[in-house]
Amino acid sequence: MKTDIILAGVGGQGILSIAASLGAAALNENYYLKQAETHGMSQRGGEVVSHLRIADHPIWSDLIPSGKADLILSVEPMESLRYLSYLSPKGSIVTNTAKFVNITGYPDLDHTFEELSEKVNIVRIDADQIAKDSGNPKASNMVMLGAASPFIAIHEDIIIKGIESIFKSKGEQIVEMNVKAFHAGKAFTLAKK
Amino acid sequence: MQTNNFTNMQKSLLLGVEAIGQAAIDAGISGVYAYPGTPSTEITEYIQNNKLANSRKIHHEWSTNEKTALEEALGMSYAGKRAMACMKHVGLNAAADIFMNMAITGVNGGLVVTVADDPSQHSSQNEQDSRFYGKFAMIPVFEPSNQQEAYDMTYAAFAFSEKTGLPVMMRIPTRLAHSRSGVIQQPVMPENNLHFPENPIQFILLPAYGRKLYQSLIDKQDWMVELSEESTYNNYFEGKDKSLGIVCCGIAYNYLMENYPDNNCPYPVVKIGQYPLPKKMLKRLEQQCDELFIAEEGFPLVEEMLSDFFEKGTKVSGRLNGALPRRGELNPDHLAKALGKEKVQPTSSPNILVGRPPSLCAGCGHKDTYEALNEIIAEVGTGRVFSDIGCYTLGALPPFNTINTCVDMGASITMAKGAADAGLTPVFAIIGDSTFTHSGITGLLDCVVEKTNINIIIVDNEAVAMTGGQSSAAKGRIEKICEGVGVDPTHIRLFVPLKKNHDEIVSVIREEMTFNGVSVIIGRRECVQRIAKLKKLNRTNKEV
Repeated sequence: MKTDIILAGVGGQGILSIAASLGAAALNENYYLKQAETHGMSQRGGEVVSHLRIADHPIWSDLIPSGKADLILSVEPMESLRYLSYLSPKGSIVTNTAKFVNITGYPDLDHTFEELSEKVNIVRIDADQIAKDSGNPKASNMVMLGAASPFIAIHEDIIIKGIESIFKSKGEQIVEMNVKAFHAGKAFTLAKK
Repeated sequence: MQTNNFTNMQKSLLLGVEAIGQAAIDAGISGVYAYPGTPSTEITEYIQNNKLANSRKIHHEWSTNEKTALEEALGMSYAGKRAMACMKHVGLNAAADIFMNMAITGVNGGLVVTVADDPSQHSSQNEQDSRFYGKFAMIPVFEPSNQQEAYDMTYAAFAFSEKTGLPVMMRIPTRLAHSRSGVIQQPVMPENNLHFPENPIQFILLPAYGRKLYQSLIDKQDWMVELSEESTYNNYFEGKDKSLGIVCCGIAYNYLMENYPDNNCPYPVVKIGQYPLPKKMLKRLEQQCDELFIAEEGFPLVEEMLSDFFEKGTKVSGRLNGALPRRGELNPDHLAKALGKEKVQPTSSPNILVGRPPSLCAGCGHKDTYEALNEIIAEVGTGRVFSDIGCYTLGALPPFNTINTCVDMGASITMAKGAADAGLTPVFAIIGDSTFTHSGITGLLDCVVEKTNINIIIVDNEAVAMTGGQSSAAKGRIEKICEGVGVDPTHIRLFVPLKKNHDEIVSVIREEMTFNGVSVIIGRRECVQRIAKLKKLNRTNKEV
């Protein structure tokens, strides 16, 4: 078993909470994991990407080879398209539709997504809205993780345990809200399938 | 899916840099000395936040720059205790004087210099390879390929340093520094007791003593090579296909093996994790194989050493002959291409995507400073703003396009002085508070001594902002430092970089511009990221 995930977003959007939840989940299960992330200059509103690799066998490279990612999980629509070269022909894209516009000339992407959806499996989800509806606008990233979970080869219960261990220091209420957001995201993807 | 019990040992999920911090604590260090710099910063931050390190009162305050950090670490080693200094690759340039000379003094307590290189220049002005410094200073260099090795090598490096009497360099690239994986720890060692060096002249580099001490460094070199031959970090892996022999240094080994998922690389491979190079091991590879291929993260150091200058012997390929890219970090695809592995044709990204260059944060005071300065520049003409390393370097990009230089820490003031010496007036230097204390004060003294006609704007956000808002050594001291260095107090001016103060800021700069001499104009407002960070920290502390 292996799942190679490209996590994408814009500096400050907190994609690392997704990585941390999956990391904790993988560690609990004694899976092997490597997760390369972006620090430093790009964190100032630049594009950020994290390579997250989980397997039941040792992993060599911290970076995913091109054409080998099983999943692109992006918390921002344009960012979901930036790393397409990593995506396996059998891979999937799960992306938030809420735009992060900190630049001029943000392109219209509807046509691109339509074209692309003929070739690869794409789930487009308004995670910000779903997070709001589920009572915690800050839990958008957990909605995204839930929406992506059907494409990740780790059992849902284990991912939820990972979410719990990441948020437990912030109290039970925060844990519950994030787990709720996870379920809302997952339900969205399953309804689409 | 089944639960897998690969090991009963407890793994912690650590970044490469965190693994190094944990290993140093476990190896019994009494102090870490560092100046923040991506990708090395989190080593020190990890130690600062570690319970055991705090209960042991391990020294962990930031130093003013890499030179002071490394000297302080050597002082701790002199006193018999184990110390680590951490810096980014270009930080070692600032510390090069002490680095070269401490190879000659050697150590008393174990001393490890951890240098994080930044190939591909994710957050740096160049991608220099610190292994050259290790070779230059003739000291052992450890280069891990993964997080566990980063831990194990650091843990072992202190004892190795004491055994050989030499400082040891730990060299990691960005990709390992900022990648996480499970790491198994080793038992915690006690700290060393205070004890003096046995040789009373060991740390006195008077020429007469220095010659002897340098000779003893030279005399140790064969032993260092022997230790490399025996090292568990240097490995010879057999392979049936002798048409090619492969040498992989550090993380490059992972990129090779990623292309052989069943561990079935057909070629003999030497994996290098410890320098100086194990000569016998490499000779054996050369004798067994028709050609050699070298994969190393950084400059082609090993390739150049093994390359055949007169082209009469074994062909060596790598970064120099185009088999691998000449610059930038490696990845599995580079190795696949070099080894002729077939690749799937990847989907390409649509060409309508636009980039997101890094930008100043919303509410950042640097914006207000640049907006004011731009008004002056519009009057006096462009080409006269000398800047420095920090968030304010983003003033080089739109919408500001204010600054004309950014070279190394502190060069704003000194380059502006040089330009003023050449006859350029007016000139402006823009430097942050922490960069000013790092390397700006000496340049200011040059200006004071020569009464240079210069306008130095210190953008004081009371933090080392670009690396994550660490405390700045300058806090509350800048005016006093400038006065102490000899700047006329009437030409030390203060402003608060806020939109509403725009006119005032412009007029302060204009007034000082007309003064023929050294002016220091300080714009002070705390970094918005640091305010947020401290708020969060206070909340967490209250909750605990």
